[in-house]
Amino acid sequence: MVSLTKRYRFSASHRLHNEALSAAENTRVFGKCNSPYGHGHNYVVEVTVRGPVDPSTGMVMDLGMLDQAVEQEVIDRFDHTYLNLDVPNFEGKVPTTENLCVEIYNLLRSRLGGANGSARLEKVRLEETSSNSFEYAGTAEENPGSTMREKR
Amino acid sequence: MIYLTRRAEFSASHYYHNPAFSAEENRRIFGKCNNPHGHGHNYTVEVTVAGDVDDTTGMVLDLKDLKAVLESEVLQLMDHKFLNREVPAFATKIPTTENIAVEIWNLLAAKLPSGRLHRIRLYETDDLFVDYYGD
Repeated sequence: MVSLTKRYRFSASHRLHNEALSAAENTRVFGKCNSPYGHGHNYVVEVTVRGPVDPSTGMVMDLGMLDQAVEQEVIDRFDHTYLNLDVPNFEGKVPTTENLCVEIYNLLRSRLGGANGSARLEKVRLEETSSNSFEYAGTAEENPGSTMREKR
Repeated sequence: MIYLTRRAEFSASHYYHNPAFSAEENRRIFGKCNNPHGHGHNYTVEVTVAGDVDDTTGMVLDLKDLKAVLESEVLQLMDHKFLNREVPAFATKIPTTENIAVEIWNLLAAKLPSGRLHRIRLYETDDLFVDYYGD
């Protein structure tokens, strides 16, 4: 089994704000991320798929297929949007990078599920800035043999 | 248990072609990677070794030894080479990043002076890499 990772980029804005909290609590919890009109990041998303190497191609997955899945599910949906208002994914959910990372994993999992013995989604790593990153490899039921849990 | 990683770079060319496919299939499956004269990359390989810290040296293994093995087993074989023509393993196997990572594992696993090979990570570009854990 080989894991293959490719990096993609998109830019979006967000505001960390929870309607259930008071204005003072929102300011205390989210700090400057609670600024009312939002702020933006250049996100880098690393998508890892894992599977056997096809002996006839030497590949784990056709990179064109991976590009297409990420383009359609992630880039087209989130690039140059205000995450709080422009996409339905964050209705009632704070668009932190944690939640965005889980959302991207779930969106891609439906496309990279490992049908017909092909590689399947292993992990999503999302960089909010070059100093902050988040990783999600699904639940233990979704991804029991995850390298994130077992290989380190 | 400590995981120690050493990084090295090499530059090589390759092309993707399976003689069992027709010329048209090769072009369809491999796209511009099928150009018969090859194309090149600056590869970065990260070798991760797992092991216990030796009480007397405070080390998992001597980095000089790891560097020497990486140099003699991998870099001398692959650096500034056309992988399809000049590296025996790729006479019959397509030198994709996946297959190169597996080959590097096979070259190094038995040659480590101490510790256990944990992972080979091979970057083809900054935005594309593969990991192989030997399974």
